Amino acid sequence: MNVSIDVRGLSKRFGAFTAVDDVSFAVRRGDIFGFLGANGAGKSTTIRMLCGLLAPTSGTAAVAGFDIRREPERIKASIGYMSQRFSLYEDLTVEENISFFGSVYGLSRKTILSRMPWVLDLAGLRGRERSLTRTLAVGWKQRLALGCAVLHEPAIVFLDEPTGGVDPLSRRKFWDLIHTLSGRGVTVFVTTHYLDEAEYCNDIRLIHAGRIVAGGSPGELKKRAIRHPLFEVECGQAVEAMEVLQREPWVLETSIFGTYLHVSVADEAEGRTRIPRVLKQHGLTLVRLDRIAPSLEDVFIHTIEEQAGSRPAGEVRS
Amino acid sequence: MTRPALRLRPIIIKEFRQIRRDPRSLIFLLVIPAFLLLLYGYALNFDVKHLPLAVCDQDRTSASREFTGKLEHTEYFDLKLRLDSPRSIDRILGREEARLVLVIPPGFGDDLAAGREPEVQVIVDGSNAQSASTALGYIGAIVQQESVRLFAQRLNDRGLRGPAVPLRTDVRVWYNPELRSIRFLVPGLMAFILMVIVVVSTSFSVVREKEQGTMEQIAVSPVRSSELILGKTIPYILISLVSAHLVLLLSFLLFGVSIKGSYLYLLLTMVLFLTGALGQGVLISTVTRTQQVAFMVSILTTFLPTFILSGFIFPIRNMPVVIQAFSYLVPARYFLDALRSILIKGSGPAAFGPALLFLAAFAGLTLALSIANLRQSDEPGRRLGRRKRG
Repeated sequence: MNVSIDVRGLSKRFGAFTAVDDVSFAVRRGDIFGFLGANGAGKSTTIRMLCGLLAPTSGTAAVAGFDIRREPERIKASIGYMSQRFSLYEDLTVEENISFFGSVYGLSRKTILSRMPWVLDLAGLRGRERSLTRTLAVGWKQRLALGCAVLHEPAIVFLDEPTGGVDPLSRRKFWDLIHTLSGRGVTVFVTTHYLDEAEYCNDIRLIHAGRIVAGGSPGELKKRAIRHPLFEVECGQAVEAMEVLQREPWVLETSIFGTYLHVSVADEAEGRTRIPRVLKQHGLTLVRLDRIAPSLEDVFIHTIEEQAGSRPAGEVRS
Repeated sequence: MTRPALRLRPIIIKEFRQIRRDPRSLIFLLVIPAFLLLLYGYALNFDVKHLPLAVCDQDRTSASREFTGKLEHTEYFDLKLRLDSPRSIDRILGREEARLVLVIPPGFGDDLAAGREPEVQVIVDGSNAQSASTALGYIGAIVQQESVRLFAQRLNDRGLRGPAVPLRTDVRVWYNPELRSIRFLVPGLMAFILMVIVVVSTSFSVVREKEQGTMEQIAVSPVRSSELILGKTIPYILISLVSAHLVLLLSFLLFGVSIKGSYLYLLLTMVLFLTGALGQGVLISTVTRTQQVAFMVSILTTFLPTFILSGFIFPIRNMPVVIQAFSYLVPARYFLDALRSILIKGSGPAAFGPALLFLAAFAGLTLALSIANLRQSDEPGRRLGRRKRG
């Protein structure tokens, strides 16, 4: 079978609060699967259920072929897990952390020693084996945590916000590592709220208020969600410009990106002529107007606004 | 899944490494108990000895001097002052220059010689009721003894043999012949100090991993909660045993408290008690989320119960029945009973068997609860203390 994680109708309620609401998806082996959503959207709860830490209220899921309700112990032995807190022992050395996590997964002393150089290279920590982990910079801790999580060669790695608080260069290096793992057939399940990172994933689900609201590859998502031409407007007063444009019936959607404005219209030619004219009528100066390819951020804003308009989320195919 | 012993070992090794890296926890466990024993051992002394005594001898005869000499020549009283007039007594007691004043009225010698019954007055500072009553006891005994001696002497002078004294007590104090309170206090101190220190230091063990996020990493690994709890407990049992031996050694060196009974029983008692204390610490650790909360709960559940309800200082027999009932839940009470039996009386297991059974049950219960608690600790909203959410 080619499916590593198979989730069917999974729900989790805490009292009256539904954290995860009837979620279904499947993850192919060797994929980099991105699970995206805001804080509190249900990402962590889903991961905890898939790792066998939390029993679902209803629904089922199989991870590496094991049932999350009946075989959590077997799941734990076949997955790797790393969270944004890089849960290493700060008062142990690099080497001691590696051998502790290795032996906890039942690896022999010999196996640990033979894989030690690989983890050290992966983390870029050659020569610092005896350093206390607390003395390492965040980027190194993060790569060491990943090394410890994959030491026992799991078929699936769960990465919960792995790049939180890490500088852009380290984030880039980290994603290179993820690609390497995926290339070796490891399934990577990653949550993030950096949408630029989501572009690196093969397959994405967007979770909002406990429900999956969009899914597919980054390309598919953009094609499906944004069917209309999108313009980026640079203008001195983005907020005023947005207010003005929103009143026009031919403008479908507007959103602010930094100091720019993204405007979606039904027809490209119409947009090109009417946007400058409207801004000029209201005494706003247009600096630049470009037709752009939508980013994932556009997709998510569009999707979530659609949700807020209470259109029921269609069944997401995988 | 299989071979759990393999996963217990890495945890024990890891704990020892962490303890070695954090000398504060070692000092806390090893040095503080010995230090507290020293402090409490000298401060908590209920023996009444060398009480400052003032004598107001208004008689000034050889008979009165002989009588006061009886008091001066004991280790219970130190003659500090001789007063000329009873008027200064108030001042003397007020300034605590003396705690006790003996007043001998004029005519004491003559009355005695004439066969009348002279009275002596004893004035005692009752602000410390306990030492005052002990002092009165001593004086009463000395005066009693002296009267009997004088009576016999008088009969003798008249060529008569005295009748037998109708009732005579022959008091022998066993186990602690000098009635030194430190013998009684050392077992209590050991129980108190070890309980507080061990519970506090282990209560940090799981909660620290929660704070640092390593608990989550362990939770997703195949390590079972029983392996984690036992792996964490075993190193601390060894260290706290060393600590208990230091306290024993120090009690012997400083206070002369030796082990009357069997060392093996003592060791068994200590292992059971320490395991229970560790169990309580770990249990607290599993239900709290921050080290601060864990510390407060540890102190609340050990300090006062052990101090008040163990029979360490306050005899349990004198407490109201309800409070007595609570004392049955305090492990230090049983430890104290067993310790006094073994250390001071040297009695056999019949005397402390039930206490050991309770200690074993307490240890088993706290550890089992910790394991059960850890297993389902993932449901939010059940722990004490705030938790950061990512």
